[in-house]
Amino acid sequence: MTQRKPTEEMEYILATDVGSTTTKARFFKKMENGEWRFVVAGETPTTVEAPYEDVTMGVKNAVREVEELTGHKILAEDGEGIITPYNGVSGVDLYCTTSSAGGGLQMMVTGVIKRMTGESAERSALGAGAIVMEIFATNDKRPIHKKIQQIRNLRPDMILMAGGTDGGTISHVVNMAELIKSADPKPRLGSMFQLPIVYAGNKDATENIKSILGEEFALSCIENIRPVLEVENTEPARRAIHELFMEHVMSHAPGYGKLMKWTDVDIMPTPVGEGMAIQLIADRYNRNVIGVGLGGATTNIYSIFDKRFVRSVSANLGMSYSICNVLKETGLENIMRWLPFDIDSSAVRNRLRNKMIRPTTIPQTLQELVIEHAVAREALRLGLVHHRSIATTLKGVRGDVAFLRGITTQAIQESYIDMMKIDIVAGTGGLLSHAPRRVQSLMILNDAFLTEGVTMMFQDSVFMMPHLGVLSTVYRDAAWNVFDKDCLVRLGTIVAPNGEPDPSEVALDITLEMPDGDTVKESLKGGELKKIILPERQVAQATIQPGKALDIGAGPGQELVTSIEGGVVGVVLDTRGRPLVLPEDSETRKATLLKWIGALDMYPEKIFEEEA
Amino acid sequence: MPAKDVKVAKEAHAYTPGLKIKRSLRVRKLRRLPIRGEVLVKVGEEVDFETPIARAMIPGDPQVLNAVAKLGIERGSLEEYMKVKVGDKVTEGQDLAGFTAMFGFWKNWLKSPVDGTVETISPVSGQIIVREDPVPVVVRSFIRGRIVEIMEDEGAYVETDAAYIQGIFGVGGEAHGEIHIISEDTTEKITEAHISEEHRGKILVGGSLVTRDALHAAVKAGVAGIVTGGIIDVDLEDLLGYEIGVAITGQEEVGFTLMITEGFGEMAMNSRTLNLLKEFEGEEAAINGATQIRAGVLRPEIIIPHKRAVVVEAEDELSSGMKPGTKIRIIREPYFGALGEVVSLPIELQEVESESSVRVIEIELESGERVIVPRANVEIIET
Repeated sequence: MTQRKPTEEMEYILATDVGSTTTKARFFKKMENGEWRFVVAGETPTTVEAPYEDVTMGVKNAVREVEELTGHKILAEDGEGIITPYNGVSGVDLYCTTSSAGGGLQMMVTGVIKRMTGESAERSALGAGAIVMEIFATNDKRPIHKKIQQIRNLRPDMILMAGGTDGGTISHVVNMAELIKSADPKPRLGSMFQLPIVYAGNKDATENIKSILGEEFALSCIENIRPVLEVENTEPARRAIHELFMEHVMSHAPGYGKLMKWTDVDIMPTPVGEGMAIQLIADRYNRNVIGVGLGGATTNIYSIFDKRFVRSVSANLGMSYSICNVLKETGLENIMRWLPFDIDSSAVRNRLRNKMIRPTTIPQTLQELVIEHAVAREALRLGLVHHRSIATTLKGVRGDVAFLRGITTQAIQESYIDMMKIDIVAGTGGLLSHAPRRVQSLMILNDAFLTEGVTMMFQDSVFMMPHLGVLSTVYRDAAWNVFDKDCLVRLGTIVAPNGEPDPSEVALDITLEMPDGDTVKESLKGGELKKIILPERQVAQATIQPGKALDIGAGPGQELVTSIEGGVVGVVLDTRGRPLVLPEDSETRKATLLKWIGALDMYPEKIFEEEA
Repeated sequence: MPAKDVKVAKEAHAYTPGLKIKRSLRVRKLRRLPIRGEVLVKVGEEVDFETPIARAMIPGDPQVLNAVAKLGIERGSLEEYMKVKVGDKVTEGQDLAGFTAMFGFWKNWLKSPVDGTVETISPVSGQIIVREDPVPVVVRSFIRGRIVEIMEDEGAYVETDAAYIQGIFGVGGEAHGEIHIISEDTTEKITEAHISEEHRGKILVGGSLVTRDALHAAVKAGVAGIVTGGIIDVDLEDLLGYEIGVAITGQEEVGFTLMITEGFGEMAMNSRTLNLLKEFEGEEAAINGATQIRAGVLRPEIIIPHKRAVVVEAEDELSSGMKPGTKIRIIREPYFGALGEVVSLPIELQEVESESSVRVIEIELESGERVIVPRANVEIIET
């Protein structure tokens, strides 16, 4: 790493994301008015696999595209690095990158009680940007020999061990350490190296853990994740994971040793960058936010609720590699329910299978597009279900926990994520960014998450949230400049009362005082969708009266007065009800879907003629 | 929204790497043990499909015994009750720990459930771990050829001149057998009626689809492999007994190895694949259904060793990409499966029916019809 210029003196910044299939370079420049803006993008295939096995080749190709488009030289003469700092002619003042190549950071976590320390370990690993391959706990029902076999087969990049409050159980933690030692798992990359293990359990068991695992693993013992039941202390684990990731995992991945020398800041796992970008939105608006990265292989969901940040990653819910896992998890009926045309169920199954085996193809026909959008709704819906299971209050801290053999039993608690209190939903990922009409991505997010009350909807323009996330760690203002002006597309605001509206009665009366002085009034019965044009960055004053027993955020039947921000779609009024129930009869369901599609001009006219 | 002067560089290579269909290719396979062991061959040695290449002893499974619970003793006192020590070889039924009290009336002994070695005696957790005896694992040649390089203690490279054909998706692992063309009609469905006892150990080739009944008949007849155009999703599920979520296959034990050349649904096998396999009918081939789409794409393959032609090394057609005249196959609706030739590659983005603006390609289909499809939706046919 070279000596960095002070941020206020910087003029050019380069950021890349080394994805599992594509390496994406984004080039930023400080304009004459002092504002930072996105200039160009370069994208080339990632070169982590054979025959290249060197990620810097893909990075160089992507940067070379940026050079060709701008005429600005960035790569060093010998091609082995980035010219830093900018010397008045060539180079950039800062180069940073995120990475998820080769499947990202894959971890196994352990705890004593699965729903308590197991989940705390899971949350820590997820917060550090990892994919959690498996959770093992003393109290899970699998027989010991099965656990050993599974641990042996996993080949994780790292293990995080939690378990026991300080002064609590030692034997159960030691028991797990002995299991791990017996299974002798090997790291995924560089099988000749020691597998890193972070121990973040009962401090009184540390010496035992060292004696069992110290010799054969790269063991790092840190503060307890759950020193007492009432506290979850994930930060030391997150830091330790990051250090071991750089030292043991990244350095063994093909070409990363070289790339680490090129960058001005540590390489960051893509989901961490993405999460920081979502955090940026929450900070700037000071609101509760749900963000989602819908990728080809995974669905990452981030929530910032009452300032608490939680990330979940659903490793096998995605739109290409994992599309059939969405089918498997949700069932064909749940995908078919979103289709407004007749199509043979077997044809849908075969089409999804064909996408799985040829993941880079894109929908050419309208019917194919609508099918993919249906799958996206289900992937996101399932992703949120998973997220809610992680975004929970600490288990085991209530007064009614029973103690048995020194460990506590679980207390089932619900997620604290309340959609009525979510003010902003933001989406990123190929399918959302590439949706031909912005209203399509807005409604995919709305149907999947079932927003309640008044919710602003945002979207990433050309996939640069991870880039801006890593940039925000060193130059927050520049990151926000670009984020605000070039990355964040304000789709609009959804107004959706909670409850089950009656189609024969008024469900929503709204009066909007528009910025140009006009007044717009709308009255909707149950089961309707309607759009009001209100452009990006314009704000209207709204008076919203929900129907009896319906809630828009002020309580059942209570009026809400608030300001509403516009977007490229506008304001969408949604009185279809929460939960959203689609008609069971196939013909009625299709007619209903077409009515909604028509109301928002969601797809081209051809959709009304589609017949398989 | 992006600034007005935003430019986006050309998109990443937007086509699926083509499937290899080669008449003559030098194939080199690494045959490697999962852990270090003993290599059984030498450089220059001729090997057959089943020749053992290397052998190792995989450590046996550990048996974890909760000794203190079984014996009803304090954890810290476990060592006092032990009759064996760490490193001792034990046999099934042998006493590991315990005691006899009350003048021999009260006996409480923990016996070893397996033959193995005592690995751990833990006074902290109260557990005894007995490691089962090692299990031998042998890596075989898979293809007929010659050893060209040894990886010390790990395995060897086998090389052969062969016809080499990749499919798009498969299930089942490595197998070998004689190639037998079961249908020369690329649009015919392979049904139960096509398969009989005489196909035992053979690799059956042809058709547009293998039906559910045919899959079960193949298991019954003991065929080594089936190569066909397509399969119906639910029939595959029926064969496997579960639904595949992510395309990582090769470990299935369904009784034979299946290789699909085109995709899911009824799909005429492309004539290049069929004609090439026909040329080698009656010859012994190796087949592997292992497929992995993510990270280091792995496709199912058939390797037919032969010495009939001068070997032409595979030229990397993908590096030059597509150009007018390149043979391609369309891999998505509405022209799925159609073969054709590139006519032109317009530079400008074009809007397709879905309203997506994408880079496209103009293709002349075998029927003579000219169509426009997204570049991402074609694959080069490597010949």
